[in-house]
Amino acid sequence: MKSMVPNTLAVFIGLFLASVNVCAVAAQEAAPQPKAEAPAKKPEKPTVDIKLGYLRAYEPQLALSVLDVAPRDEGVAGANVAINDNNTTGKFLNQKFTLDVTEVKLDADVVPVFNEMVAKGDRYVLADLSAKQLLSIADIARDNGVLLFNVGATDDSLREEDCRINVFHTAPTRSMLADGLAQYLIWKQWRKWVLVYGSHERDQLFAEALRRSATRFGGEILAEKEFKDTGTARRTDSGVVQIQRQLPVFMQDLPDHEVVLVADESEVFGTYVPFRTWIPRPVAGTAGLTPSGWHPASEQWGGTQIQNRFAKTSGRRMLSKDMAAWTAVRIIGDAATRTQSADEKAIEAFIRDDKFSIAAFKGQKLTFRKWNWQLRQPIFLGDGRSVVSTSPQEGFLHQFSELDTLGVDQPETKCVLK
Amino acid sequence: MRKHVSALALVAGLGFLASPAFAYTVYVSNEKDNTVTILDSATMQVTKTINVGQRPRGITISHDGKFVYLCASDDDTIEVIDTATLQIVDTLPSGPDPELFVLSPDGKTLYVANEDDNLVTVIDIESKGVLAEIPVGVEPEGMGISPDGKTMVNTSETTNMAHFIDTATHEITDNVLVDSRPRFVEFTPDGKEAWVSAEIGGTVSVIDNATREVKHKITFEIPGLRAEAIQPVGVRITADGKKAYVALGPANRVAVIDTATYEVQKYVLVGQRVWQLAFTPDQKTIISTNGVSNDITFIDVATDEPVQSVTVGALPWGVVVSPN
Repeated sequence: MKSMVPNTLAVFIGLFLASVNVCAVAAQEAAPQPKAEAPAKKPEKPTVDIKLGYLRAYEPQLALSVLDVAPRDEGVAGANVAINDNNTTGKFLNQKFTLDVTEVKLDADVVPVFNEMVAKGDRYVLADLSAKQLLSIADIARDNGVLLFNVGATDDSLREEDCRINVFHTAPTRSMLADGLAQYLIWKQWRKWVLVYGSHERDQLFAEALRRSATRFGGEILAEKEFKDTGTARRTDSGVVQIQRQLPVFMQDLPDHEVVLVADESEVFGTYVPFRTWIPRPVAGTAGLTPSGWHPASEQWGGTQIQNRFAKTSGRRMLSKDMAAWTAVRIIGDAATRTQSADEKAIEAFIRDDKFSIAAFKGQKLTFRKWNWQLRQPIFLGDGRSVVSTSPQEGFLHQFSELDTLGVDQPETKCVLK
Repeated sequence: MRKHVSALALVAGLGFLASPAFAYTVYVSNEKDNTVTILDSATMQVTKTINVGQRPRGITISHDGKFVYLCASDDDTIEVIDTATLQIVDTLPSGPDPELFVLSPDGKTLYVANEDDNLVTVIDIESKGVLAEIPVGVEPEGMGISPDGKTMVNTSETTNMAHFIDTATHEITDNVLVDSRPRFVEFTPDGKEAWVSAEIGGTVSVIDNATREVKHKITFEIPGLRAEAIQPVGVRITADGKKAYVALGPANRVAVIDTATYEVQKYVLVGQRVWQLAFTPDQKTIISTNGVSNDITFIDVATDEPVQSVTVGALPWGVVVSPN
């Protein structure tokens, strides 16, 4: 049934072209006329506008390495490339996609601006917000028939106890990232770990995800240590001299191990761990070998094409948040293409269908976990320069999908969709 | 090599002496090590390996067998290899990042998919001029042409459409939606159907060339293999139109399909990540490129049994067999 509609349209366009000899692009620009009035002459549909909103909390933030400072348009650039992609397809189907970006401060109350977006008519909103902010608008969105696409928050809580029926997650969770990393370390037979983690909440959450992965896949965390954030400046002229002396001291009382796991999402010390450990050991986690939803150097599975397209459009490399946003916009675009409509109910039904899948340069089709609307996806493992591996690793099996070996699986979920 | 070709010509000249294993030359593009491997189809031995441009992928041959055309994707060019000397004698202006192309039945025109620019470039081989650039969907890839040369079909991998293009006007006449990441187009010899593989969708759509609608969708199921691993790429149909072969990527198998019923008759186990396919001109053998295992497999068309796998270069991608 799904293919009937587009094919019918294609035939109409075909007939039209055969008689008038104008290209498909021109057809879209011609004055719209209802099909019923002049079926033989002007079969083209009027161009349909599909509006997407993008709500982000942003403030410039420092990083330990200047190379890790997030670009100004992180995420948004990915959404824009996907809007272009949707429009290239849309020109054949008379669909036009636009993106409307709204920005607030990092800890701002997002409810007022979100209400404005709803009032403006945004029915699909990409959210790059904290878990707390996202949760504050989730029910307002639901009551107004708005679908939210979480492209930034990796919090498991948003997919578990705080899950919502109208929130789709294209960003992976911390538990998916940690599992992707742990599978690789187990595959390497590097099973003895120590864990150093930061003192902020998100550092602790990633540390917890790593502990869970250790239990799940048979890694052993021999010891843990917290690195307290005492509020030091991140950049000082002679800072490296001190760090070189301080880090080994911090780590010297840890028992012998094979890998150092680092959980420092807050950028307080993690970047300093590799090559400064007490004993020579590889580092993984938020520093060293890092799990991510995308890697700026991935060229596998047609990746070269999206990387080139992204670099050409945005003038920089594509990051994980860009890919999460690209994927969200493509999900809406693909649903609009295949349902041949901008009808919100039809698009939502298409995305929620059992057969729905999306291609995102990760070597296999990506589908949603229907119990919490998390997008299943492979996890990239890379250092700053290249992809080392992708998980799930060979041999980690699952009765339904090997991608479900990453993160919280259905039998363990705390999600009750509402 | 030279000797081999002239021996063939002699045999042909003597009037088709019955020969159970007619020797053709097989050319395989190796994506990773920038080479083309040349083999003898009768002995199934590598006869020579030549260096070519960067990231060689799509490969085809002129109808007289004199020139091999090769997409050197990272060099943004198409290289022309003289089959007599095995030297690169010329290049064609392909547009950026050429991946796949198709030669018109009259051998004069090459239609090239430019992945990075959402274009199909039409090249006149003789003058080396660009006749047209046709805007298509996102990430154009698969290229097929009807036996009468009137209709060219391009697939776009992110738009997920097969674009039917009138070769006289160079304009799109129909856009047919297919499943995710359409990779390859093959017309049936009677020109009535265009078969389009969808790598991520895991299907082959059979499009009626008269109505330009999907008349059937072929799916694949292999016991013990998860559905995500079945990724159809290369498609070839026998000259009598009775059997189709579909390379299934990381499923490591080639599906054999009855074109009358669209039923899969058999899955032939070949090498890892099977990508493209080519028949020998006598239709007795079909050859698959197996990217990850760095080899190609010769499959007997009569029995659909794999006969032999031969190691070639790194990441073999495309394959073409000389017509004579």
